[in-house]
Amino acid sequence: MRVTFPHLGNLWIPTKAFLRSLGHDVITPPPTTKRTVSLGARHTPDGACLPLKVTMGNFIEAAELGADTILMVGGIGPCRLGYYCELQRRALAKAGCSARLIVVEPPRSDLWGFASMVRTIRRRATFRQVLEASRLAWAKFRAVDALDQAANMARWREIGPGRVDACIGRGLALLDAAETCSAVREAAEQTLHDVQGCTGVGPRQAARVGVVGEIYIVMEPAVNMDVCKKLGRLGAQVVQPLTFSHWIESHVVCDIARWIPRPDVLSWSSPYLRHFVGGHGVESVGHSVDMARSGLHGVVHLAPMTCMPEIVAGSILPSVSLAEGIPVMSLAVDEHTADTGFDTRLEAFVDLLLDRAREEGNTSRHAGSGPIST
Amino acid sequence: MSLVVGVPRALLFHEYGHFMLELLRQCGARAVLSPVTNKEILQAGLETCVDEACLPVKAFFGHSAYLAQRVDALFVPRFVSVERGAYICPKLMGLPDMIRARAPGAPRVIDPCIDMSRGLGKTARSIAELAPALGVSCSRLAIALARSMKTASANADRRLDDGRTTAAGSGVRIGVLGHDYNLNDPYISLDLVSKIRRLGAAPVTAGAYSPRETGRWERQRARRGAKRLFWTFGRRLLGAAYRWLDTGEVDGIVHLASFGCGPESFIAEVIQHEAAERDSIPLMCVNIDEHSAEAGLSTRLEAFIDTVAMRKCEYASHLPTSGQPVDTH
Repeated sequence: MRVTFPHLGNLWIPTKAFLRSLGHDVITPPPTTKRTVSLGARHTPDGACLPLKVTMGNFIEAAELGADTILMVGGIGPCRLGYYCELQRRALAKAGCSARLIVVEPPRSDLWGFASMVRTIRRRATFRQVLEASRLAWAKFRAVDALDQAANMARWREIGPGRVDACIGRGLALLDAAETCSAVREAAEQTLHDVQGCTGVGPRQAARVGVVGEIYIVMEPAVNMDVCKKLGRLGAQVVQPLTFSHWIESHVVCDIARWIPRPDVLSWSSPYLRHFVGGHGVESVGHSVDMARSGLHGVVHLAPMTCMPEIVAGSILPSVSLAEGIPVMSLAVDEHTADTGFDTRLEAFVDLLLDRAREEGNTSRHAGSGPIST
Repeated sequence: MSLVVGVPRALLFHEYGHFMLELLRQCGARAVLSPVTNKEILQAGLETCVDEACLPVKAFFGHSAYLAQRVDALFVPRFVSVERGAYICPKLMGLPDMIRARAPGAPRVIDPCIDMSRGLGKTARSIAELAPALGVSCSRLAIALARSMKTASANADRRLDDGRTTAAGSGVRIGVLGHDYNLNDPYISLDLVSKIRRLGAAPVTAGAYSPRETGRWERQRARRGAKRLFWTFGRRLLGAAYRWLDTGEVDGIVHLASFGCGPESFIAEVIQHEAAERDSIPLMCVNIDEHSAEAGLSTRLEAFIDTVAMRKCEYASHLPTSGQPVDTH
């Protein structure tokens, strides 16, 4: 059994570690490229959202490398993600690909199916081994998130372009190679230290920009045109609240252990959006509100074209922007999105935000020294 | 003076309209219904709605805009789920918030939350919040609910369960798949159902079957290894499609989907796949948005019905819609 799984940012590092510790032969799909997207788009309906197309492309490319078993997440709606597996199963058959699709469904939808899925993935591993594998994967999830966050915070004041990303790249390779939890922690600490080393004082003012939206688009640099890197190089400090560990905590852990309180995004979003709408609709609105209140200068909202929850969020965000006084730019991404289009819009947006940041700096300095004459 | 409540004639009004109007009447409010969708209404919708939304949602915004100046409150229920294990659609779940956010100066929005997936108790609690919004006591609301449910169920019996309609003209029966809120709105659906009828074929819509009947077909297919859908209306469409494909009781299927509709983009793919596998019934998919034109639909429909009719009576003499004899050899 040669197992593969879809890409989502750096998700491959912990997933690979988990499956390998269980004794699987893991095939990581080649990094997502234009070819992946067009391969996927060829076998999926054109009205579908981008993550379906990209993950489909991942599967085909992994199958080309010899994968015969595919792990995919399921779901119980209302977001379309929950039905990806059905379309992909049909599309794989149509594409002449014989790989078997194993769908990881939440246990409460079908307990028996869940048990048999666990049995397939577990193979002959003992409970102890599964626990060890989960611990290692969790440590890697945390480390990957820490590196992402550090890079987002550091890029705007790096010494020499691309040095932070080179550092992070080396760190991710170390993480991938690490076999034990302590090695993972060591690698992460070393990398964070190195990242500190390649940052200087930076320009006097940074625009602090939040990135919200649909999790796949936000976390997969290959489809979001490297938004975080672009923002960083334009001189913005990027705050990105969606992370793997956060997602696992709020969707897996809280789903099983109901007594743990969920992070309360709904209370932030409730003046504008009072009910969950599937996907990350509430998160997009809630985090934007939180960002405005915690003094960020602007928000970039990313969504795949025709994404239902993000259409709801996108129609509400302008009123959040007005009421909370924070500029919000919504960007829809599909397989035709081009780099240059993003470049110009992000440049213009960050320029405006930098102005805002400077103004803010001036006011606060004035406020300290005395009244401002207008 | 009684409260004037506006009810937009769009989206799930086409499904639960009788119930909504009766409920408001029973609660002593004066319900004002917006007119059937027309050009001005859709235009108003396009101006206020975000452009990525689907056509029926845009039309809903138009209806709300029409009502906004004429009423004290808008009645926009938040339909989350009407059965266990299935949702309606994320956009409809956020509809009241979208209306609130994008229509400045609008009257207050009354948005009872209907979420049957969490059990009757929670639904009842959220519906009880209607009482202060409508200015009635909880007991009166309960009575009104019971009465309007009775009226609504009396109306629901009008569905024909076997889908049998008299086939006129060429005797071609066309199954029409599409959300009720599209098919029942002649402006949005470009009058598809009547067009089919005018071309001499007998349309059978998926809405003609009871949810129980379509649910049965959908479950049956799921038992043979397809994942169950989690959208209520999607289940109905898919159930009807399975029934038609398996029994062959229609001669052709037309699927009317709105561009940008999330569930339908997936359902269409599944139906196409199933139809191609069985290779039994021709299928035509029509996507509509605010730019759709009548002529484009007419020609495609004529051609489709001609093809279906020819296929049906390969050797019988057949008068096609164009009025010209067709050589079937």
